[in-house]
Amino acid sequence: MLSRLTLLLAAALVFSGCAKKEPTATAGSGSNPPARKILRFGNGSEPQDLDPQIVTGTVEYRLLQTFCEGLVNEDPQMNIIPGVAERWEISPDGLTYTFHLRADAKWSNGDPLTAQDFVQSYQRELTPALACAYAYMLFNHVRGAKDYYDGKLTDFAQTGFQAPDAHTFVLTLVQPAPFLLHALNQYAWYPVHIPTIKKFGGMTQRSTAWTRPENFVGNGPYVLKSWTPNQLIVAERSPTYWDRAHVKIDEIDFYPVELADTEERMFRAGQLDITNEVPLTKLAIYRREHPESVRVDPYDGIYFYRYNVARKPFDDVRVRRALALAIDRESLVKNVTLADEVPAYNFVPQNLLGYRSTDSFKANVAEARRLLAEAGYPDGRGFPRVDLLYNTLEKHKTIGEALQQMWRKNLGVDINLVNEEWKVYIDDQHARNFQIERAGWIADYVDPHVFFDLWETGGGNNDSNWGNAEYDRLLHSSLSARDNTGRYAIYHRMEKILLDEMPVLPIFYYTRARLISPRVLGFVNTPVDNCPWKYVDLAP
Amino acid sequence: MLRFIARRVLETIPVLFIIVTATFFMIRFVPGGPFTAEKAVTPEVMRNLERAYHLDQPLWQQYANYLGRVIFHGDLGPSFKYPNRTVNEIIADKLPVSLELGLLSLAIALAVGLTLGVLAAVKRNTWIDYVCSSAAMIGICVPTFVLGPLLVLTFAIHFGWFNASGWYTPIDRVLPSLTLGCVYAAYVARLTRGGMLEVLNQDYIRTARAKGASETRVIFHHALRGGLLPVVSFLGPAIAGILTGSFVIETIFQIPGLGREFVNSAFNRDYTLVLGTVILYAALLIGLNLAVDVAQVWLNPKLKFE
Repeated sequence: MLSRLTLLLAAALVFSGCAKKEPTATAGSGSNPPARKILRFGNGSEPQDLDPQIVTGTVEYRLLQTFCEGLVNEDPQMNIIPGVAERWEISPDGLTYTFHLRADAKWSNGDPLTAQDFVQSYQRELTPALACAYAYMLFNHVRGAKDYYDGKLTDFAQTGFQAPDAHTFVLTLVQPAPFLLHALNQYAWYPVHIPTIKKFGGMTQRSTAWTRPENFVGNGPYVLKSWTPNQLIVAERSPTYWDRAHVKIDEIDFYPVELADTEERMFRAGQLDITNEVPLTKLAIYRREHPESVRVDPYDGIYFYRYNVARKPFDDVRVRRALALAIDRESLVKNVTLADEVPAYNFVPQNLLGYRSTDSFKANVAEARRLLAEAGYPDGRGFPRVDLLYNTLEKHKTIGEALQQMWRKNLGVDINLVNEEWKVYIDDQHARNFQIERAGWIADYVDPHVFFDLWETGGGNNDSNWGNAEYDRLLHSSLSARDNTGRYAIYHRMEKILLDEMPVLPIFYYTRARLISPRVLGFVNTPVDNCPWKYVDLAP
Repeated sequence: MLRFIARRVLETIPVLFIIVTATFFMIRFVPGGPFTAEKAVTPEVMRNLERAYHLDQPLWQQYANYLGRVIFHGDLGPSFKYPNRTVNEIIADKLPVSLELGLLSLAIALAVGLTLGVLAAVKRNTWIDYVCSSAAMIGICVPTFVLGPLLVLTFAIHFGWFNASGWYTPIDRVLPSLTLGCVYAAYVARLTRGGMLEVLNQDYIRTARAKGASETRVIFHHALRGGLLPVVSFLGPAIAGILTGSFVIETIFQIPGLGREFVNSAFNRDYTLVLGTVILYAALLIGLNLAVDVAQVWLNPKLKFE
């Protein structure tokens, strides 16, 4: 027995001793000529899949935006720029969008990319059997799409997706959607290569091999070269992409590293050029010792607490306001969350696409105490038991504890912290089985509409039991506004309602912190956590 | 012996059946499902999602279909979380990684653990014993999530000999195997020392010595066989655990092994992947326990197959 053991050990030692450490770039780069530019990127976690009509999530979004492109695109400043369509017209009533596709648009296998490809892609997405999670992004807007999805319309040619010729694609909407061009950048609107999908299992099959690297066909700036699950996805510059002359990096390696601490060690060991996150405990140290390696960008999302306005004591707007006014958000972001988050005194991230709130609330402990007394709880006396629900995560716990302290000190109320595993917590949220809970909302596309749409009465993600008829009416009328100035004026009125009623307690607007090697040039993390790759370069 | 093994294998069938059944229903009764997400999909989309995965059928029918597929086709179904992969594929992909990590760690654990344990027992109450026992104690006390990053800090970041994480080249196996191996080595060392001490006091050891056997022969030929008994019983479940992967090690070192899938599938409510990994883990555990029983009889003349 022992001799066998010795043998095994010897084998293990020889095995590990013989192996030479490869250069830091690891797999996929060993045989490349030295001039090749390879960017190594920490992408958070393993993607579910690479079918834009199946997946949901930012990890997948970043990959799909590498391998696919929609009708239009966004530059790093979030301006709409041409994508597959080189130009487009919008009818005066805002209901018809005519896109003129570029003649040199191609799939990665060399097939020409035509308007018919878009029609067929959207038909697949709206096929009920495929069960695309984001199908509603299409059927909420496009004429006939909902009927097709519900089976009331069987002829897809009757819907608002039309291809009058190979290079013209027309979208007809049910109601104006002023944010549509930005929404078109969400992957639900990316085209898919139907012949490949048909070859591997067909149009309605969810689980097929068409997204494997040997089969995948896309139309983005990069092609999928290899995909080793939980290890590495290699993207190589596409030879067929229409704007390939402007793509600077030859290869992007996506590393699905889940743990921020692991990422940070990989960054230090030279295995990563850009990380997905920064461990909070290390952020201050990096800022002090390597400020050139830290990057914090605004993120189009809000961290808030959601009240259940159907439950005591939050059925009383004075209590909701009191809790919101009694916390010190500046101190929270400076001492607890640490990543330059922006204290939130309204409900929509500011300064995106030119949107700025005209009204906001201010922290005011005296006013908060007055409101609480008026609601029948002077100095917190008689305040009922309140459980604050959050999903199990250290960060949420720390924030909860900080706010719990502030409420105890400023209002004399005691709030219990209750944590639940992620899916249990989500289940309780959607079932409205909570009094007050931690929540967050990240925009799918950049437009203030995303954050106003959230609080529509009975909206699928409202979950607060709050609703207001005037608010709903304004929301609908905002869609028909002539221009953004008119639309934003309506939003300002809606924000007044939110400020008066306070259905949620805004805490801060998210930011996105990353570690980035100084040799990466032109990297921009957009507010929807995307990285437009064709602007990125590597210093030699 | 063959009869013994055959009977035990037959006994395995109802055990596995109970485990599968209990897991199937338990995971279904947990709140939340595979499509529970922060951004709720619309009700009609949810209906279609459930239909696509037959979750709209009665639970007993889903259970019957699942059992039928597993028993007659060996098909563990598609993963909910990773739609373009089947559970069979995920296991086939990741089990070898966990096996490789496990075998390397085991080799380290046994080599280091047995050496320390035997040394400590033979040189009982000398400084050698104290050093070996303390090392074992430290190994048990220091968790992998501390030891792993410490090794990375020293050998990958400070000396630059290794990658900080990953599973790309053969040399990437060193740090994770060492981390996982050290912990098990500590247990093996303590069990070996205990087992050896007990055996070294037995009559047959004295007899061996009296008959003039050399000290080396006494220890390796006569004592070790009996002294290893506690180690062998420990190794059964330990090997099953080590082979199906270690969640912590695989996460810290970014290793594409099965341990992470085993844990994360439960968080993702990836029903089929949970069941697939549970079946595998259960079968391994049962199989290795059987192997331990056989080894026990082989090592311990006091035991017989019955």
